[in-house]
Amino acid sequence: MAKAALFFVCLIPLGRLVWLAFNGGLGANPIEFITRSTGTWTLVLLLVTLSITPLRKLTGYNALIRVRRMLGLFAFFYVCLHFTTYIWLDQFFEWASILKDIKKRPFITVGFASFVLLIPLALTSTNAMMRRLGRRWQQLHRLVYLIGIGGVVHYWWLVKKDITQPALYALVLALLLGYRLTLWLQARKRVAPPPAPITPVNLASHK
Amino acid sequence: MLIRRPADIKSSEITDPLIYRQRREFIKGAAAISALAALPLRADAATKLSGVKKSTYTVDEVLTPFNDITTYNNFYEFGTDKASPAIQARNFVPRPWTVTVEGMVKRPMTFDIDDLMKWPLEERVYRLRCVEGWSMVIPWTGFPLNEILKRVEPTGSAKFVEFTSLNDPKRMPGQRSPVLDWPYVEGLRLDEAQHPLTLMVVGLYGEVLPNQNGAPLRLAVPWKYGFKSAKSIVRIRLVEKAPISSWMRATPNEYGFFSNVNPDVDHPRWSQSKERRIGEFLKRKTLPFNGYGAQVAAMYAGMDLRKFF
Repeated sequence: MAKAALFFVCLIPLGRLVWLAFNGGLGANPIEFITRSTGTWTLVLLLVTLSITPLRKLTGYNALIRVRRMLGLFAFFYVCLHFTTYIWLDQFFEWASILKDIKKRPFITVGFASFVLLIPLALTSTNAMMRRLGRRWQQLHRLVYLIGIGGVVHYWWLVKKDITQPALYALVLALLLGYRLTLWLQARKRVAPPPAPITPVNLASHK
Repeated sequence: MLIRRPADIKSSEITDPLIYRQRREFIKGAAAISALAALPLRADAATKLSGVKKSTYTVDEVLTPFNDITTYNNFYEFGTDKASPAIQARNFVPRPWTVTVEGMVKRPMTFDIDDLMKWPLEERVYRLRCVEGWSMVIPWTGFPLNEILKRVEPTGSAKFVEFTSLNDPKRMPGQRSPVLDWPYVEGLRLDEAQHPLTLMVVGLYGEVLPNQNGAPLRLAVPWKYGFKSAKSIVRIRLVEKAPISSWMRATPNEYGFFSNVNPDVDHPRWSQSKERRIGEFLKRKTLPFNGYGAQVAAMYAGMDLRKFF
Protein backbone atom coordinates (compact mmCIF):
# COMPACT_ATOMS: atom_id res chain seq x y z
CA MET A 1 0.00 0.00 0.00
CA ALA A 2 2.70 2.45 1.08
CA LYS A 3 4.77 1.22 -1.83
CA ALA A 4 1.96 1.90 -4.29
CA ALA A 5 1.60 5.41 -2.88
CA LEU A 6 5.33 6.00 -3.28
CA PHE A 7 5.09 4.80 -6.86
CA PHE A 8 2.66 7.61 -7.64
CA VAL A 9 4.71 10.14 -5.69
CA CYS A 10 7.66 9.29 -7.93
CA LEU A 11 5.52 10.06 -10.95
CA ILE A 12 4.64 13.57 -9.75
CA PRO A 13 7.70 15.25 -11.36
CA LEU A 14 6.71 13.77 -14.72
CA GLY A 15 3.06 14.66 -14.19
CA ARG A 16 4.07 18.21 -13.36
CA LEU A 17 6.08 18.51 -16.59
CA VAL A 18 3.17 17.23 -18.65
CA TRP A 19 0.77 19.58 -16.89
CA LEU A 20 3.10 22.56 -17.38
CA ALA A 21 3.62 21.62 -21.02
CA PHE A 22 -0.11 21.75 -21.70
CA ASN A 23 -0.57 24.96 -19.74
CA GLY A 24 2.28 26.99 -21.20
CA GLY A 25 4.19 26.77 -17.95
CA LEU A 26 7.57 25.62 -19.25
CA GLY A 27 8.80 29.18 -19.75
CA ALA A 28 10.66 30.78 -22.64
CA ASN A 29 12.95 27.81 -23.18
CA PRO A 30 10.86 24.66 -22.67
CA ILE A 31 13.55 22.23 -23.84
CA GLU A 32 16.02 23.60 -21.34
CA PHE A 33 13.33 23.42 -18.65
CA ILE A 34 12.60 19.75 -19.39
CA THR A 35 16.29 18.87 -19.55
CA ARG A 36 16.98 20.58 -16.22
CA SER A 37 13.93 19.12 -14.53
CA THR A 38 14.49 15.51 -15.57
CA GLY A 39 18.17 15.84 -14.64
CA THR A 40 17.31 17.25 -11.24
CA TRP A 41 14.85 14.45 -10.49
CA THR A 42 17.37 11.82 -11.56
CA LEU A 43 19.82 13.20 -9.04
CA VAL A 44 17.21 13.52 -6.31
CA LEU A 45 16.06 9.94 -6.79
CA LEU A 46 19.64 8.67 -6.87
CA LEU A 47 20.31 10.37 -3.56
CA VAL A 48 17.04 9.13 -2.07
CA THR A 49 17.96 5.59 -3.15
CA LEU A 50 21.39 5.98 -1.58
CA SER A 51 19.81 7.19 1.66
CA ILE A 52 17.77 4.02 2.18
CA THR A 53 20.60 1.99 3.73
CA PRO A 54 21.77 4.72 6.14
CA LEU A 55 18.16 5.41 7.14
CA ARG A 56 17.50 1.74 7.69
CA LYS A 57 20.57 1.34 9.86
CA LEU A 58 19.94 4.50 11.84
CA THR A 59 16.23 3.91 12.45
CA GLY A 60 16.18 0.14 12.47
CA TYR A 61 13.16 0.38 10.15
CA ASN A 62 14.07 -2.49 7.87
CA ALA A 63 10.93 -2.37 5.74
CA LEU A 64 12.57 0.52 3.88
CA ILE A 65 14.61 -1.96 1.89
CA ARG A 66 11.47 -3.00 0.06
CA VAL A 67 11.21 0.36 -1.77
CA ARG A 68 14.89 0.74 -2.61
CA ARG A 69 14.73 -1.06 -5.93
CA MET A 70 11.72 0.92 -7.05
CA LEU A 71 13.41 4.21 -6.18
CA GLY A 72 16.54 3.17 -8.05
CA LEU A 73 14.50 2.23 -11.08
CA PHE A 74 12.75 5.59 -10.98
CA ALA A 75 16.16 7.28 -11.01
CA PHE A 76 16.85 5.23 -14.13
CA PHE A 77 13.47 6.19 -15.57
CA TYR A 78 14.20 9.91 -15.16
CA VAL A 79 17.72 9.62 -16.55
CA CYS A 80 16.22 7.91 -19.62
CA LEU A 81 13.84 10.87 -20.02
CA HIS A 82 16.79 13.23 -19.49
CA PHE A 83 18.91 11.47 -22.12
CA THR A 84 16.01 11.25 -24.57
CA THR A 85 15.32 14.96 -24.13
CA TYR A 86 18.96 15.64 -24.95
CA ILE A 87 19.23 13.49 -28.07
CA TRP A 88 15.75 14.18 -29.35
CA LEU A 89 14.48 17.63 -28.32
CA ASP A 90 17.83 19.30 -27.79
CA GLN A 91 20.06 17.81 -30.48
CA PHE A 92 17.34 16.40 -32.73
CA PHE A 93 19.30 13.21 -33.51
CA GLU A 94 22.32 15.03 -34.86
CA TRP A 95 24.61 12.14 -34.09
CA ALA A 96 27.82 13.86 -35.17
CA SER A 97 27.18 16.72 -32.81
CA ILE A 98 26.10 14.35 -30.00
CA LEU A 99 29.28 12.29 -30.35
CA LYS A 100 31.36 15.45 -30.39
CA ASP A 101 29.62 16.61 -27.21
CA ILE A 102 30.27 13.31 -25.47
CA LYS A 103 33.91 13.37 -26.49
CA LYS A 104 34.69 17.04 -26.02
CA ARG A 105 32.49 18.36 -23.22
CA PRO A 106 33.65 16.96 -19.90
CA PHE A 107 30.26 17.53 -18.23
CA ILE A 108 28.54 15.54 -20.97
CA THR A 109 31.23 12.84 -20.90
CA VAL A 110 30.71 12.33 -17.18
CA GLY A 111 26.92 12.47 -17.45
CA PHE A 112 26.87 10.01 -20.32
CA ALA A 113 29.26 7.62 -18.55
CA SER A 114 27.07 7.67 -15.44
CA PHE A 115 23.99 6.96 -17.55
CA VAL A 116 25.70 4.02 -19.28
CA LEU A 117 26.84 2.61 -15.93
CA LEU A 118 23.30 2.74 -14.65
CA ILE A 119 22.02 0.48 -17.43
CA PRO A 120 23.50 -2.81 -16.10
CA LEU A 121 22.17 -1.98 -12.66
CA ALA A 122 18.66 -1.54 -14.03
CA LEU A 123 18.96 -4.75 -16.08
CA THR A 124 20.11 -6.80 -13.10
CA SER A 125 17.50 -5.45 -10.72
CA THR A 126 15.16 -8.45 -11.00
CA ASN A 127 14.93 -11.15 -8.33
CA ALA A 128 16.10 -13.75 -10.83
CA MET A 129 19.24 -11.76 -11.63
CA MET A 130 19.93 -11.20 -7.95
CA ARG A 131 19.79 -14.95 -7.37
CA ARG A 132 21.87 -15.72 -10.41
CA LEU A 133 24.61 -13.24 -9.59
CA GLY A 134 24.76 -14.02 -5.87
CA ARG A 135 27.66 -12.21 -4.20
CA ARG A 136 28.66 -10.53 -7.43
CA TRP A 137 25.30 -8.73 -7.52
CA GLN A 138 26.24 -6.59 -4.58
CA GLN A 139 29.69 -5.95 -6.01
CA LEU A 140 28.14 -4.82 -9.28
CA HIS A 141 25.61 -2.61 -7.60
CA ARG A 142 28.31 -0.76 -5.69
CA LEU A 143 28.73 1.06 -9.01
CA VAL A 144 25.91 3.28 -7.83
CA TYR A 145 28.41 5.15 -5.63
CA LEU A 146 30.44 6.06 -8.70
CA ILE A 147 27.27 6.94 -10.61
CA GLY A 148 26.18 9.27 -7.81
CA ILE A 149 29.53 11.05 -7.90
CA GLY A 150 29.36 11.24 -11.71
CA GLY A 151 25.88 12.74 -11.55
CA VAL A 152 26.88 15.49 -9.14
CA VAL A 153 30.05 16.28 -11.12
CA HIS A 154 27.95 16.44 -14.31
CA TYR A 155 25.74 19.08 -12.69
CA TRP A 156 28.66 20.97 -11.15
CA TRP A 157 30.51 21.31 -14.43
CA LEU A 158 27.58 22.57 -16.43
CA VAL A 159 26.73 25.45 -14.11
CA LYS A 160 27.99 28.80 -15.35
CA LYS A 161 28.85 30.40 -12.05
CA ASP A 162 26.42 29.94 -9.18
CA ILE A 163 27.35 26.52 -7.78
CA THR A 164 24.97 26.68 -4.79
CA GLN A 165 22.67 23.97 -6.13
CA PRO A 166 25.30 21.40 -7.19
CA ALA A 167 27.15 22.07 -3.94
CA LEU A 168 24.00 21.12 -2.04
CA TYR A 169 23.75 17.81 -3.89
CA ALA A 170 27.47 17.21 -3.35
CA LEU A 171 27.05 17.75 0.38
CA VAL A 172 24.19 15.26 0.65
CA LEU A 173 26.11 12.72 -1.42
CA ALA A 174 29.21 13.22 0.74
CA LEU A 175 27.16 12.55 3.87
CA LEU A 176 25.61 9.40 2.39
CA LEU A 177 28.90 8.00 1.13
CA GLY A 178 30.78 9.18 4.23
CA TYR A 179 28.39 7.25 6.43
CA ARG A 180 29.13 4.07 4.49
CA LEU A 181 32.85 4.68 4.56
CA THR A 182 32.78 5.14 8.34
CA LEU A 183 30.88 1.87 8.82
CA TRP A 184 33.26 0.07 6.50
CA LEU A 185 36.34 1.39 8.28
CA GLN A 186 34.90 0.39 11.66
CA ALA A 187 34.07 -3.09 10.41
CA ARG A 188 37.53 -3.51 8.99
CA LYS A 189 39.11 -2.51 12.28
CA ARG A 190 37.01 -5.09 14.13
CA VAL A 191 37.92 -7.99 11.88
CA ALA A 192 41.45 -6.84 11.18
CA PRO A 193 43.82 -9.79 11.28
CA PRO A 194 46.37 -9.87 14.09
CA PRO A 195 49.67 -8.33 13.13
CA ALA A 196 51.90 -10.72 11.27
CA PRO A 197 54.38 -12.45 13.55
CA ILE A 198 57.76 -10.94 13.41
CA THR A 199 60.24 -13.50 12.29
CA PRO A 200 63.69 -12.58 13.43
CA VAL A 201 66.04 -12.79 10.61
CA ASN A 202 69.25 -14.40 11.69
CA LEU A 203 71.70 -12.80 9.44
CA ALA A 204 74.46 -14.66 11.16
CA SER A 205 73.18 -18.03 9.94
CA HIS A 206 73.82 -16.99 6.38
CA LYS A 207 77.43 -16.47 6.99
CA MET B 1 -12.65 84.05 -27.50
CA LEU B 2 -11.17 80.72 -26.78
CA ILE B 3 -7.60 80.90 -25.57
CA ARG B 4 -5.78 77.61 -26.02
CA ARG B 5 -3.36 76.95 -23.23
CA PRO B 6 -0.73 74.29 -23.62
CA ALA B 7 -1.62 71.17 -21.68
CA ASP B 8 -0.19 71.16 -18.18
CA ILE B 9 0.70 67.54 -18.43
CA LYS B 10 2.28 66.02 -21.48
CA SER B 11 0.39 63.06 -22.86
CA SER B 12 3.50 60.91 -22.38
CA GLU B 13 3.26 61.52 -18.67
CA ILE B 14 -0.34 60.46 -18.36
CA THR B 15 -0.67 56.90 -17.18
CA ASP B 16 -2.80 54.62 -19.28
CA PRO B 17 -6.13 54.03 -17.45
CA LEU B 18 -5.66 50.30 -17.82
CA ILE B 19 -2.39 50.53 -15.94
CA TYR B 20 -3.66 52.61 -13.07
CA ARG B 21 -6.69 50.40 -12.66
CA GLN B 22 -4.36 47.39 -12.51
CA ARG B 23 -2.20 49.29 -10.09
CA ARG B 24 -5.20 50.01 -7.87
CA GLU B 25 -6.16 46.37 -7.94
CA PHE B 26 -2.60 45.46 -7.07
CA ILE B 27 -2.48 47.91 -4.18
CA LYS B 28 -5.84 46.75 -2.85
CA GLY B 29 -4.76 43.14 -3.03
CA ALA B 30 -1.41 43.75 -1.42
CA ALA B 31 -2.92 45.92 1.30
CA ALA B 32 -5.35 43.18 2.11
CA ILE B 33 -2.49 40.75 2.59
CA SER B 34 -0.37 43.02 4.68
CA ALA B 35 -1.28 46.46 5.90
CA LEU B 36 2.30 46.83 7.05
CA ALA B 37 3.86 46.58 3.62
CA ALA B 38 5.17 49.91 2.46
CA LEU B 39 4.35 49.78 -1.20
CA PRO B 40 6.69 51.41 -3.64
CA LEU B 41 4.94 53.10 -6.52
CA ARG B 42 5.70 51.52 -9.83
CA ALA B 43 5.60 54.83 -11.63
CA ASP B 44 7.21 53.58 -14.81
CA ALA B 45 5.58 50.22 -15.21
CA ALA B 46 4.54 49.74 -18.82
CA THR B 47 4.63 53.41 -19.78
CA LYS B 48 4.55 53.92 -23.52
CA LEU B 49 7.39 55.93 -24.98
CA SER B 50 6.31 58.61 -27.43
CA GLY B 51 7.97 60.11 -30.47
CA VAL B 52 10.08 57.05 -31.16
CA LYS B 53 11.44 56.89 -34.68
CA LYS B 54 11.82 53.55 -36.45
CA SER B 55 15.44 52.91 -37.33
CA THR B 56 16.86 51.26 -40.38
CA TYR B 57 19.15 49.25 -38.08
CA THR B 58 16.55 46.55 -37.88
CA VAL B 59 16.60 42.87 -38.71
CA ASP B 60 13.60 41.45 -40.48
CA GLU B 61 13.03 38.44 -38.24
CA VAL B 62 10.16 37.27 -36.07
CA LEU B 63 10.17 39.19 -32.80
CA THR B 64 10.55 37.22 -29.59
CA PRO B 65 7.34 37.72 -27.55
CA PHE B 66 7.44 40.41 -24.86
CA ASN B 67 6.58 37.83 -22.24
CA ASP B 68 9.64 35.70 -23.07
CA ILE B 69 11.98 38.70 -23.16
CA THR B 70 10.78 39.77 -19.72
CA THR B 71 10.67 36.42 -17.93
CA TYR B 72 13.87 34.76 -19.15
CA ASN B 73 16.71 36.97 -18.03
CA ASN B 74 20.32 36.68 -16.99
CA PHE B 75 20.59 39.55 -14.55
CA TYR B 76 22.49 38.22 -11.55
CA GLU B 77 21.82 41.39 -9.56
CA PHE B 78 18.32 39.94 -9.21
CA GLY B 79 19.20 36.26 -8.80
CA THR B 80 20.98 33.65 -10.88
CA ASP B 81 17.88 31.79 -11.97
CA LYS B 82 16.58 33.12 -15.27
CA ALA B 83 13.04 33.35 -13.93
CA SER B 84 14.04 35.30 -10.86
CA PRO B 85 14.80 38.83 -12.20
CA ALA B 86 11.16 39.21 -13.27
CA ILE B 87 10.14 38.47 -9.68
CA GLN B 88 12.98 40.01 -7.69
CA ALA B 89 13.13 43.24 -9.71
CA ARG B 90 9.39 43.83 -9.47
CA ASN B 91 9.68 46.54 -6.84
CA PHE B 92 12.96 48.03 -7.99
CA VAL B 93 12.60 51.78 -8.50
CA PRO B 94 15.11 53.04 -11.07
CA ARG B 95 14.73 56.66 -9.91
CA PRO B 96 16.35 59.01 -9.16
CA TRP B 97 19.06 57.94 -11.59
CA THR B 98 22.08 59.58 -13.09
CA VAL B 99 24.88 58.29 -15.21
CA THR B 100 28.28 59.85 -14.79
CA VAL B 101 30.62 59.98 -17.76
CA GLU B 102 34.20 60.62 -16.71
CA GLY B 103 37.82 59.64 -17.11
CA MET B 104 39.78 60.62 -20.17
CA VAL B 105 37.30 63.15 -21.51
CA LYS B 106 37.50 66.87 -22.14
CA ARG B 107 34.10 67.54 -20.55
CA PRO B 108 33.07 65.07 -17.85
CA MET B 109 29.29 65.12 -17.46
CA THR B 110 26.49 63.63 -15.42
CA PHE B 111 23.23 62.91 -17.17
CA ASP B 112 19.87 62.48 -15.53
CA ILE B 113 17.86 59.60 -16.94
CA ASP B 114 14.78 61.80 -17.35
CA ASP B 115 16.80 64.13 -19.57
CA LEU B 116 18.22 61.26 -21.59
CA MET B 117 14.69 60.01 -22.21
CA LYS B 118 13.98 63.29 -24.02
CA TRP B 119 16.75 62.72 -26.53
CA PRO B 120 15.65 61.59 -29.98
CA LEU B 121 14.84 57.93 -29.51
CA GLU B 122 14.72 55.24 -32.14
CA GLU B 123 13.46 51.69 -32.20
CA ARG B 124 15.84 49.04 -33.49
CA VAL B 125 15.22 45.32 -33.81
CA TYR B 126 18.41 43.51 -32.79
CA ARG B 127 19.34 39.87 -32.42
CA LEU B 128 20.56 38.94 -28.97
CA ARG B 129 22.77 35.88 -28.62
CA CYS B 130 23.45 34.65 -25.10
CA VAL B 131 26.76 32.93 -24.37
CA GLU B 132 24.65 30.03 -23.04
CA GLY B 133 23.46 29.13 -26.53
CA TRP B 134 20.04 30.75 -26.90
CA SER B 135 18.96 33.82 -28.79
CA MET B 136 16.13 36.33 -29.15
CA VAL B 137 15.02 39.08 -31.53
CA ILE B 138 14.30 42.21 -29.54
CA PRO B 139 12.84 45.62 -30.38
CA TRP B 140 14.92 48.00 -28.27
CA THR B 141 14.36 51.73 -27.95
CA GLY B 142 17.29 54.02 -27.35
CA PHE B 143 19.99 56.21 -28.87
CA PRO B 144 23.54 55.48 -30.02
CA LEU B 145 26.09 55.48 -27.21
CA ASN B 146 28.15 57.74 -29.44
CA GLU B 147 25.67 60.56 -28.76
CA ILE B 148 26.97 60.58 -25.20
CA LEU B 149 30.60 60.14 -26.21
CA LYS B 150 30.43 63.07 -28.65
CA ARG B 151 29.24 65.35 -25.88
CA VAL B 152 32.01 64.46 -23.42
CA GLU B 153 34.77 64.42 -26.09
CA PRO B 154 37.21 61.59 -25.33
CA THR B 155 40.83 62.73 -25.16
CA GLY B 156 43.51 61.27 -27.43
CA SER B 157 44.68 58.82 -24.77
CA ALA B 158 41.24 57.25 -24.24
CA LYS B 159 41.27 53.78 -25.81
CA PHE B 160 38.55 51.88 -23.95
CA VAL B 161 35.21 52.52 -22.30
CA GLU B 162 34.29 50.96 -18.98
CA PHE B 163 30.66 50.55 -17.91
CA THR B 164 29.70 50.13 -14.27
CA SER B 165 26.28 48.95 -13.15
CA LEU B 166 24.50 49.97 -9.97
CA ASN B 167 25.92 48.50 -6.78
CA ASP B 168 23.17 48.55 -4.17
CA PRO B 169 22.53 45.23 -2.41
CA LYS B 170 19.52 46.77 -0.65
CA ARG B 171 17.76 47.26 -3.96
CA MET B 172 19.43 44.44 -5.84
CA PRO B 173 19.07 41.34 -3.66
CA GLY B 174 21.28 39.20 -5.90
CA GLN B 175 24.24 41.34 -4.88
CA ARG B 176 24.01 39.98 -1.34
CA SER B 177 25.57 36.82 -2.72
CA PRO B 178 29.17 37.04 -3.93
CA VAL B 179 28.46 35.11 -7.12
CA LEU B 180 30.20 37.89 -9.08
CA ASP B 181 32.57 40.61 -7.97
CA TRP B 182 30.10 43.53 -7.60
CA PRO B 183 29.51 45.97 -9.11
CA TYR B 184 29.11 44.50 -12.56
CA VAL B 185 31.73 45.91 -14.89
CA GLU B 186 31.91 45.63 -18.64
CA GLY B 187 34.01 47.25 -21.30
CA LEU B 188 34.33 48.04 -24.99
CA ARG B 189 37.15 49.29 -27.14
CA LEU B 190 36.56 52.95 -28.01
CA ASP B 191 35.84 52.22 -31.68
CA GLU B 192 33.31 49.55 -30.64
CA ALA B 193 31.66 52.01 -28.27
CA GLN B 194 31.48 54.64 -31.01
CA HIS B 195 30.09 52.19 -33.54
CA PRO B 196 26.63 53.23 -34.77
CA LEU B 197 25.21 49.81 -33.79
CA THR B 198 26.13 50.28 -30.13
CA LEU B 199 22.90 51.39 -28.52
CA MET B 200 22.04 52.88 -25.14
CA VAL B 201 18.68 51.35 -24.40
CA VAL B 202 15.85 52.94 -22.42
CA GLY B 203 12.90 51.01 -23.81
CA LEU B 204 11.58 47.66 -24.96
CA TYR B 205 8.62 47.04 -27.27
CA GLY B 206 7.97 50.79 -27.31
CA GLU B 207 7.60 50.95 -23.55
CA VAL B 208 9.89 52.08 -20.76
CA LEU B 209 12.54 49.42 -20.20
CA PRO B 210 11.28 46.85 -17.66
CA ASN B 211 13.37 46.50 -14.51
CA GLN B 212 14.39 42.91 -15.24
CA ASN B 213 15.87 43.97 -18.59
CA GLY B 214 18.27 46.48 -17.06
CA ALA B 215 16.23 49.59 -16.24
CA PRO B 216 16.57 52.42 -16.60
CA LEU B 217 19.57 52.39 -18.93
CA ARG B 218 21.46 49.52 -20.52
CA LEU B 219 23.65 48.75 -23.49
CA ALA B 220 22.80 46.66 -26.52
CA VAL B 221 25.87 45.53 -28.45
CA PRO B 222 24.28 43.07 -30.85
CA TRP B 223 27.39 41.41 -32.29
CA LYS B 224 28.68 40.36 -28.86
CA TYR B 225 27.39 37.82 -26.36
CA GLY B 226 24.61 39.21 -24.21
CA PHE B 227 26.66 39.68 -21.05
CA LYS B 228 28.69 42.41 -22.76
CA SER B 229 25.58 44.59 -22.79
CA ALA B 230 25.76 45.96 -19.24
CA LYS B 231 22.48 46.74 -17.47
CA SER B 232 21.42 49.47 -15.03
CA ILE B 233 24.47 51.58 -15.87
CA VAL B 234 25.50 54.34 -13.46
CA ARG B 235 29.00 55.16 -14.68
CA ILE B 236 30.79 55.29 -18.00
CA ARG B 237 34.52 55.86 -17.81
CA LEU B 238 36.93 56.47 -20.66
CA VAL B 239 40.22 54.73 -19.94
CA GLU B 240 43.55 53.91 -21.49
CA LYS B 241 43.75 50.18 -20.70
CA ALA B 242 41.22 47.44 -21.37
CA PRO B 243 38.92 47.15 -18.33
CA ILE B 244 38.70 43.78 -16.58
CA SER B 245 35.05 42.79 -16.82
CA SER B 246 33.20 40.95 -14.07
CA TRP B 247 33.05 37.76 -16.11
CA MET B 248 36.76 37.93 -16.99
CA ARG B 249 37.52 38.28 -13.31
CA ALA B 250 35.22 35.38 -12.42
CA THR B 251 36.51 32.85 -14.99
CA PRO B 252 39.36 34.25 -17.08
CA ASN B 253 39.75 31.14 -19.23
CA GLU B 254 36.07 31.15 -20.21
CA TYR B 255 35.33 34.82 -20.91
CA GLY B 256 37.53 37.15 -22.90
CA PHE B 257 37.37 40.90 -23.29
CA PHE B 258 35.95 40.93 -26.81
CA SER B 259 33.38 38.14 -26.55
CA ASN B 260 32.24 38.62 -30.12
CA VAL B 261 29.67 36.03 -31.16
CA ASN B 262 31.77 33.42 -32.94
CA PRO B 263 30.54 29.94 -33.94
CA ASP B 264 34.15 28.78 -34.43
CA VAL B 265 35.37 29.53 -30.93
CA ASP B 266 33.64 27.31 -28.40
CA HIS B 267 33.08 28.13 -24.80
CA PRO B 268 35.51 25.80 -22.98
CA ARG B 269 32.54 23.79 -21.70
CA TRP B 270 30.03 23.94 -24.53
CA SER B 271 29.75 24.49 -28.25
CA GLN B 272 28.90 27.89 -29.73
CA SER B 273 28.23 26.65 -33.24
CA LYS B 274 24.47 26.62 -32.81
CA GLU B 275 21.82 28.38 -30.84
CA ARG B 276 18.21 27.90 -29.91
CA ARG B 277 16.12 30.87 -30.91
CA ILE B 278 13.57 31.25 -28.15
CA GLY B 279 10.25 30.04 -29.51
CA GLU B 280 11.80 27.72 -32.09
CA PHE B 281 12.22 23.97 -31.84
CA LEU B 282 15.26 23.21 -33.98
CA LYS B 283 18.54 24.89 -33.28
CA ARG B 284 19.87 27.28 -35.87
CA LYS B 285 23.44 27.95 -36.90
CA THR B 286 25.13 30.76 -35.05
CA LEU B 287 26.44 33.47 -37.38
CA PRO B 288 29.84 35.14 -37.02
CA PHE B 289 29.37 38.46 -35.21
CA ASN B 290 25.77 37.35 -34.71
CA GLY B 291 25.04 38.26 -38.34
CA TYR B 292 26.46 41.79 -38.07
CA GLY B 293 29.75 40.94 -39.77
CA ALA B 294 29.17 43.35 -42.67
CA GLN B 295 28.98 46.23 -40.21
CA VAL B 296 31.60 45.27 -37.63
CA ALA B 297 34.09 42.70 -38.96
CA ALA B 298 36.42 45.43 -40.29
CA MET B 299 37.12 46.55 -36.72
CA TYR B 300 38.84 43.22 -36.09
CA ALA B 301 40.74 42.88 -39.36
CA GLY B 302 44.03 41.09 -38.83
CA MET B 303 43.20 39.99 -35.29
CA ASP B 304 43.38 36.33 -34.31
CA LEU B 305 39.84 35.92 -32.98
CA ARG B 306 40.76 32.64 -31.29
CA LYS B 307 43.29 34.48 -29.19
CA PHE B 308 41.15 37.57 -28.68
CA PHE B 309 37.95 35.74 -27.85
